[in-house]
Amino acid sequence: MAEFIRFDRITKFYGPLCVVENLDLGIDKGEFVSLLGPSGSGKTTLLMMLAGFEQPTSGNILLDGTAINDVPTHRRDMGVVFQSYALFPHMSVGENVAFPLQMRGMGRAEIEGRVKRALDMVQLSAFADRRPSQLSGGQQQRVALSRALVFEPRVVLMDEPLGALDKQLREQMQLDIRDLHRRLGLTIVFVTHDQSEALTMSDRVAVFNKGKIEQIGTPRQVYDEPATRFVAEFIGETNLVEGVVEAVEGEEATVRLPSGAQIVSAVSGSVSSGQPVFLSIRPERVDLSETRGDARNCLETQVTDSVYQGDHLRVQLQNAAHPLIAKLGRRSREFPPGTRVYAGFSAGDCRVIAP
Amino acid sequence: MPMKLARTAFAALTILFLVAPLIAILPLAFTSSVILTYPVPSWSLRWFEELFTADAWRRAIVNSLIIGTGTTLLATVLGTAASLGLRNRLLFFRGSMRTLFLLPMVVPAVVLGVGMQVLLAGFGLTNSYAGVIIAHTVVAVPFVVVSVTGALAGIDERVELAAQSLGAPPATVFRRVTLPLAMPGVLSGAVLAFATSLDEVVLTLFVAGPNQRTLARQMFSSIRENISPAIAAAAFLFIAATVVIGLIVVLSRSMLAKRR
Ligand SMILES: Nc1ncnc2c1ncn2[C@@H]1O[C@H](COP(=O)(O)OP(=O)(O)OP(=O)(O)O)[C@@H](O)[C@H]1O
Ligand SMILES: [Mg+2]
Repeated sequence: MAEFIRFDRITKFYGPLCVVENLDLGIDKGEFVSLLGPSGSGKTTLLMMLAGFEQPTSGNILLDGTAINDVPTHRRDMGVVFQSYALFPHMSVGENVAFPLQMRGMGRAEIEGRVKRALDMVQLSAFADRRPSQLSGGQQQRVALSRALVFEPRVVLMDEPLGALDKQLREQMQLDIRDLHRRLGLTIVFVTHDQSEALTMSDRVAVFNKGKIEQIGTPRQVYDEPATRFVAEFIGETNLVEGVVEAVEGEEATVRLPSGAQIVSAVSGSVSSGQPVFLSIRPERVDLSETRGDARNCLETQVTDSVYQGDHLRVQLQNAAHPLIAKLGRRSREFPPGTRVYAGFSAGDCRVIAP
Repeated sequence: MPMKLARTAFAALTILFLVAPLIAILPLAFTSSVILTYPVPSWSLRWFEELFTADAWRRAIVNSLIIGTGTTLLATVLGTAASLGLRNRLLFFRGSMRTLFLLPMVVPAVVLGVGMQVLLAGFGLTNSYAGVIIAHTVVAVPFVVVSVTGALAGIDERVELAAQSLGAPPATVFRRVTLPLAMPGVLSGAVLAFATSLDEVVLTLFVAGPNQRTLARQMFSSIRENISPAIAAAAFLFIAATVVIGLIVVLSRSMLAKRR
């Protein structure tokens, strides 16, 4: 697939504040890419530059191979969906959706047909004559969505479009948007700070931190193979344990923990022996048993607390040198505090991360 | 309970205090007597007749309408343009610029009047409609600026960004989105501008010639010359016009609000 959007060494300053720093990112046609990161990490800013609302301080944005830095917003042909919906309050739902078609000089009959189909797509055709203020938040967001899609834009940009909705509606909309993406073959850039949303919806996730992309990859890659400590901590929950590399063999490294235990772990990036590193161990990958099992890695620990959380059992453990958290399936047996247990996990279930 | 009673009484007294002058003058508009005093011997409409037939009064009413309309148009356009300009985040000294636009509200009218007369004389505009309209516009613009700025502040900037992204060039965004959304503010601004012009005496004294006597100016001078009840009739017209304008504003606002 050809690269469709390219951010080429983009830097953006607001006064003295560097909000996006020398950022490179390529997005393919038909791809769903999420920009995920904490508040203030520059996600919105990057999206606003793509939409043409803001200019990069330096660097180029290419669309289909041509630089669009000097193309004004209204000629970029991108549908934008905001968190605040940004519907035209003085127009009816139908007029809102017709607006981009009028801007393109379409005939009345064609506009009517398209508006109807676009509203059908989000199950709102019955509401065409209402004002946006007479709709619920979820309905308004669906109007915004159909308004951004009705003119078949080259790219659809969404800035936390589901942030204002309640959990149930949000999850429904996530599936709806993902479905539209597949059906219409849309190229979507989606900003969120909700990691589960990013993992659910995207083909690829770009994890932002302080104006830079820490890692970009499929949801599975960023979750299972975090490249940096930030990514490991930001996406999902993880146990981070300090250690020193003893040996590296191919994709695996042996790490000695302060307690003296040796762990064999998969490696992200390059490390060399003698280097102090972090180990990231996902709590749900840890198994507990009272006997030393045949797992590759095994830590001797003691249960300090155990909490039943409905869908899983959360067990806090204390090893000689560091705490550890394990999440066990709900069929697991109980581990009362004070029990001595072995925490086992395979080499592929943990990750060496250079600090 | 006594507290509530006291509060109601206080409110009633305040309102009475505010409208007492109106209550005093209004019945005199319908007197048949030739002097402006109570008691009213009998009721008649002769002073309204006088108002619309006597040359001086009729011309004053027409002048007020001409100058008021001119001022309303000019002040609304200028004030709206200024408010749009003041929205720009990149504008240097935005706060001070804003204050500058509101200055005519606090500068004593006499000072403005003297300055205006000197200035307009330089351009040969004293004793002309254009001169009076310009002078009135200076004091009317702040009202428009305050009103339109308020309306613009209520517009979510992202709605305009959305319009752009949907393919609307800047002029279209203004025409189809910004202006309709700011309309209630523009309308109230226009009404305030008209009312300001209608009411203005001091600047008019300085810059208007005998041919631009407005209603307010005419009332002012006839009070010194002969205190005829025509003044009361003119005052009645004033108040009626104000009430009508107020109603128009309230109605158009609620209509616009309903359209949202
Ligand atoms: N117009 C602006 N002028 C000055 N600083 C700005 C402007 N817009 C954003 N910033 C700053 O840029 C930084 C990044 O903002 P941005 O909105 O891109 O963050 P974000 O990743 O979208 O965060 P959030 O998840 O909270 O929306 C913030 O520190 C913000 O204060
Ligand atoms: Mg943001």
